[in-house]
Amino acid sequence: MSGSHMLLIVAPIIIPLIGGAIFLFLGDRRHVLKGAINLAATATVLALAIVLLRVTADGPVTVTLLGNWQAPFGIVLVADRLSALMLVLTGILAFATLTFSLARWHSAGAHFHSLFQFLLMGLNGAFLTGDVFNLFVFFEVLLAASYGLVLHASNRARVGAGLHYIAVNLAASLLFLIGVSLIYGVTGTLNMADLAIRVPAVAAGDRALLEAGAAILGVAFLVKAGMWPLSFWLPNTYSVAAAPVAAFFVIMSKVGIYIVLRLSLLAFGEHAGALAQFGDPWLMVGGMMTIVFGSIGVLASQDLARLASFNVLISSGTMLAAIGLGDVGVTEAALYYLVNSTLAIAAFFLLIELIERGRAPGADVLAVTMEAYGEDLDEPEEEVGVVIPVTMAVLGIGFICCALLLSGQPPLSGFVAKFVLLAALFQIPGPEVDGFTVASSWALIALLLISGLAGVVAMARAGIRTFWLPLDNTIPRVRVIEMAPIVVLLALCIILTVQAGPVMRFMRDTAQSLHVPQDYVRNVVSTPRLPTGEQR
Amino acid sequence: METVLALSIGVLTASGVWLLLRPRTFQVIIGLSLLSYAVNLFIFSMGRLMVGEPPVLDPGGTGDLSNYADPLPQALILTAIVIGFATTALFLVVLLASRGLTRTDHVDGREPMP
Repeated sequence: MSGSHMLLIVAPIIIPLIGGAIFLFLGDRRHVLKGAINLAATATVLALAIVLLRVTADGPVTVTLLGNWQAPFGIVLVADRLSALMLVLTGILAFATLTFSLARWHSAGAHFHSLFQFLLMGLNGAFLTGDVFNLFVFFEVLLAASYGLVLHASNRARVGAGLHYIAVNLAASLLFLIGVSLIYGVTGTLNMADLAIRVPAVAAGDRALLEAGAAILGVAFLVKAGMWPLSFWLPNTYSVAAAPVAAFFVIMSKVGIYIVLRLSLLAFGEHAGALAQFGDPWLMVGGMMTIVFGSIGVLASQDLARLASFNVLISSGTMLAAIGLGDVGVTEAALYYLVNSTLAIAAFFLLIELIERGRAPGADVLAVTMEAYGEDLDEPEEEVGVVIPVTMAVLGIGFICCALLLSGQPPLSGFVAKFVLLAALFQIPGPEVDGFTVASSWALIALLLISGLAGVVAMARAGIRTFWLPLDNTIPRVRVIEMAPIVVLLALCIILTVQAGPVMRFMRDTAQSLHVPQDYVRNVVSTPRLPTGEQR
Repeated sequence: METVLALSIGVLTASGVWLLLRPRTFQVIIGLSLLSYAVNLFIFSMGRLMVGEPPVLDPGGTGDLSNYADPLPQALILTAIVIGFATTALFLVVLLASRGLTRTDHVDGREPMP
């Protein structure tokens, strides 16, 4: 492995660390300077992530031995296709939300830029690390930064939600530690690749202990991913957080998904012998319950931010159920769905803030009440031939795009994602699979269609309430740099639609290397130490 | 020794969970602290309990678990303590902010209806 590759892996973690630290030394009022540095740092990280994606797309799993110790003993950073994909996704979201926040949000509280960079560092670290305990450290880095960001521009609602969010996540971190230490106690390793080698060899008597450890560890990640019934904190927190923060947090629930996907396939993949596919039925059922919960939540939400938060849950549930099926084709489709839903929900969170800006507080609740009592709805139509202001038109088109993406309607990538997922699910029923898998794949097909319907109903209702009901709305003042990130995110979804073929090919390679992790394991374990001057 | 350790972990965890589920913010933070002590002890026990053994391998002896203390869980605990300390301090600040904004120490920010 060459030195430039090593730099490429370490840089997405180091650059945000240095960036975040620099902001601490700059005064509180130098928002413009901080914004410029932050934008440059984030753009650099995104560019590096794209380079890393191009490197890993050809196949090689790039490994860096931190501290130059051979793999099971030292901490390693590993970049394979999935890590690189998540890094690029994080970079895109970071860049978009940062640009959005520069219009006004970044100066609404102290240390926004530092916290933003530390969150970016924690996310990149969590996606790149190949060591379970190091993952805990990066998890805590990103959580600590997210605690600060939830409270950004703090008001009563944010402090209240932040309190619950922190308590839940501290408890989850403790579960994380218990799970990690149980796994260490049984297998004697913390390295993910080494874990894949040792899990099949665990003695039958220790297997229950290992299963307990993996289950407890899984609960910690599922809290983050928002699986029902561990997800009640999520809508409350995401819906009150500042818009750019909430949009960036969309990737945080995907961290939990990423780890579940990686660890379940590494440690409990098909090669794991007696422990193969451990926990998959739980993921399957839990994921489906999450879709149900999310769909009900979407239908019941009165305000737009909660609607978006419950969409996060539907997306998480779909991913978890797809992972639980443990089928290469489904994983491949689910990865496409992951990228699409992350971009769409983030764009939706940003859009909501712009829409809400023009409305009186509580307008949503008022609109629902009016619907229920039929008040004022039959007033004479006076406004024939009203000029639609450009801002409202752009916001409306953005809203329609988000609605199409989130409910999976043609012609945008939401439809492609749902289509490939359904197609992969229809492939499953066959003579060689057991009855439970067949039943659950049919159930998932039904749930995906129902959740799509719930999405259409909820989004249509919200759109009518927001754009068509005459509730003396003022036209929101929107700046170009607030609209641009949304347009970019939605444009990326359109590119995903047009370039669906190449993207799906990449996802297929990714899914195959995840389901057959021998390459990953061999690369990590066999990476040699770099020669040093003092080596004897 | 195993019994004492197991009992203390159990008591700390039970008290921690009970306090965590109480409605006052201060009880929650004490509960979280107790839980983190319990977890640290638990990590320690996962390296097997040893008395008077060095945490390094003897160059002459064999690398057998029965004659050296595993140093890794101790390093993990150190990390966990530092991180737990920082997050608890942060939680304390949020607790105070919540108390200041809502004038109550109830976790939901308002007193339950009588």
